[in-house]
Amino acid sequence: MDKYYLSYLDELESEAIFVLREVYAQFQNPVILFSGGKDSILVTHLAKKAFTPCSVPFPLMHIDTGHNFPETIAFRDQLVSNLGAKLIVGSVQQSIDEGRVLEEKGANASRNALQTTTLLDTIERQKIDCAIGGGRRDEEKARAKERFFSHRDDFGQWDPKNQRPELWNLFNGKYFDGEHFRVFPISNWTEMDVWNYIKRENIQIPSLYLAHEREVVWKNESWIPYSQFIKLKPNEEVVTKKIRFRTLGDITITGGIESSADTLEKVVQEVSMMRKTERGNRADDKRSETAMEDRKKQGYF
Amino acid sequence: MQIDKNQLLRFTTAGSVDDGKSTLIGRLLYDSKSIFEDQLAAVERSTQKQGREGVDLALFTDGLRDEREQGITIDVAYRYFTTPKRKFIIADTPGHIQYTRNMVTGASTANAAIILIDARNGVVEQTKRHSFIASLLQIPHVIVCVNKMDLVDYAEARFNEIINQYEEFASKMMIKDVSFIPISALEGDNVVNKTQNMNWYGGATLLHKLENIYISSDVNKVDFRFPVQTVLRPQSKEFVDYRGYAGRIEGGIVRVGDEVSILPAGFTSKIKTIEKNGQQLAEAYAPMSVTITLEDDIDISRGNMLVKVNNQPEMEQDVTAMICWLDNQPQRDRAKYVIKQTTNEQKALIKETEYKYDINNLARNKDMSPLQMNEIAKVKIRTNAPLMFDSYRSNRNTGSFILIDEATNATVAAGMIV
Ligand SMILES: Nc1nc2c(ncn2[C@@H]2O[C@H](COP(=O)(O)OP(=O)(O)O)[C@@H](O)[C@H]2O)c(=O)[nH]1
Repeated sequence: MDKYYLSYLDELESEAIFVLREVYAQFQNPVILFSGGKDSILVTHLAKKAFTPCSVPFPLMHIDTGHNFPETIAFRDQLVSNLGAKLIVGSVQQSIDEGRVLEEKGANASRNALQTTTLLDTIERQKIDCAIGGGRRDEEKARAKERFFSHRDDFGQWDPKNQRPELWNLFNGKYFDGEHFRVFPISNWTEMDVWNYIKRENIQIPSLYLAHEREVVWKNESWIPYSQFIKLKPNEEVVTKKIRFRTLGDITITGGIESSADTLEKVVQEVSMMRKTERGNRADDKRSETAMEDRKKQGYF
Repeated sequence: MQIDKNQLLRFTTAGSVDDGKSTLIGRLLYDSKSIFEDQLAAVERSTQKQGREGVDLALFTDGLRDEREQGITIDVAYRYFTTPKRKFIIADTPGHIQYTRNMVTGASTANAAIILIDARNGVVEQTKRHSFIASLLQIPHVIVCVNKMDLVDYAEARFNEIINQYEEFASKMMIKDVSFIPISALEGDNVVNKTQNMNWYGGATLLHKLENIYISSDVNKVDFRFPVQTVLRPQSKEFVDYRGYAGRIEGGIVRVGDEVSILPAGFTSKIKTIEKNGQQLAEAYAPMSVTITLEDDIDISRGNMLVKVNNQPEMEQDVTAMICWLDNQPQRDRAKYVIKQTTNEQKALIKETEYKYDINNLARNKDMSPLQMNEIAKVKIRTNAPLMFDSYRSNRNTGSFILIDEATNATVAAGMIV
């Protein structure tokens, strides 16, 4: 009997596929929240596996802050065309133009918090009843209690104190009109698992994850990419460094780390030696101890 | 016994308040080098803010804001760490008010339970409750950690005394595999590293134990069960007649050519292909997610189950089960609930309560009043169409169910079929 067991990566894969198929069976209009980051790429890859030989039955939905890495957009469009999937874009710029949200002011202003409104508006407009996300419980402490099937009320809000219990592999996706779900198929994966799996499966990821020369500015204790959106303070200067990114998000707040890991093998090697969490380089999480939790309650990813 | 490499082990931790559960988890993460620098720095800051020095290990498992403000853990939280041998998922369940509901949740998927006992207090009521839940949920392995050994002079006699206390009551429960480890979570004795403070103890450290428990047999590999999640019918010409049944194998092993019955209808056919990501496999086993095609064209949909012709589950509209009530709102008399068991969903009525368990003294009470949150009872349920199931004892995935209240959509109860 000894050969009949799965390695943990295979078990995580099987679990994620099971969850994705439950989404397909239980919801009317589910989408994959696609940020262009490795986690949402992984979820998309798993969805492909789950439904072969059918094509991925979920559109990809991108909440576009307008502050993108150009590489991310190119990658997104290529993937969408390879999959033959539908792309839905929710534009933060449009939310600003329509007066739904106000652009933040000040030195550390970002469009991160504004995404929530655009996300919820797009969900409502498109009548989406389930948004599949790449969130992982190891990312941040507020996520540690997140369910696989996470219920959102008709304001799109998460109530961490009143979550449905989730037992065995029985997922309750029932909802009333106006409510929706967020589903996280890779809840149980860690950053290391994601990298190991990407390497094993040879999954295409944006080149930003590999070390490359880039113009950057030292802000908020990390290397922020220099782009047209960055306003330099008098003491700040643009320098060229060999860096790579551990997460990809809004280009104005996503910090890179100095690295020489320019192949997937080297990245995996480096991640396994890493002494800081990946979100440690994101200015949005540094605002306060409970920054993530507060945003999640509002309806953030 | 051979230990399978790189498997996933899920465990829960249970203990009374202040037994040292948070400290223990912090210690496991810290000594196994699973804590990142920025997390460490945050905990150092929090420790100082509270006017203390060093690193309070308990703060690593610090959860949501409400909890921090109230200083308690109110929901199951999941933590992760990996060693060269295994990946671990900890379901960290709080020891407070809603402990039954939360521990049941955490225990449902666990391979192992760590039950903490404060060496000074020995076995207390809470220990019995936690052990009872572990046995009810059929957690295959229980590790009793006698903590705070530093406060009882690392005395072997005290450790043995507690083992005796534990075995006395646990012998009445169905706990399969129990082991005992004397530890100090605070000092780190026998958690990850062996200690010089208890040379009389010849056993493994907690981490060593977790890395080496034999878990391959925790999943049923005998009785093939394949609940269909969804049917794959590609739109392309290449696959005109293709019908793939997508699902996860919830028990046993299946091979191409096996004769299967499709329940509840009872038609039989043969396995034509077993596929994973478009690749054909000769065989597959639990808990693999696969797609199966059959030799014959049969009408099959979600909720149906493929099984071997000569090894079939029960198929009944009446089931007897132990249920744990999870919802704030008590059970409503004669109310219809939705029962979700594997991928099958039916209407259900709780016909009668045979008895309730008093979790404090494990007595069975003939108490027919509506079930309240955290209560556990043996009930009879009637469904509007047959369920295909095994006893929970022989298969946790085909023997479990939840009840959903259609008026609120809440998951109100968790059930284990006897
Ligand atoms: N002396 C000693 N104190 C401990 C030990 N483990 C935990 N404690 C202390 O017991 C108290 C409660 O611990 P905590 O981990 O918060 O308990 P929890 O409520 O079970 O999570 C804290 O003051 C800990 O420092 C131990 O092994 N020895």
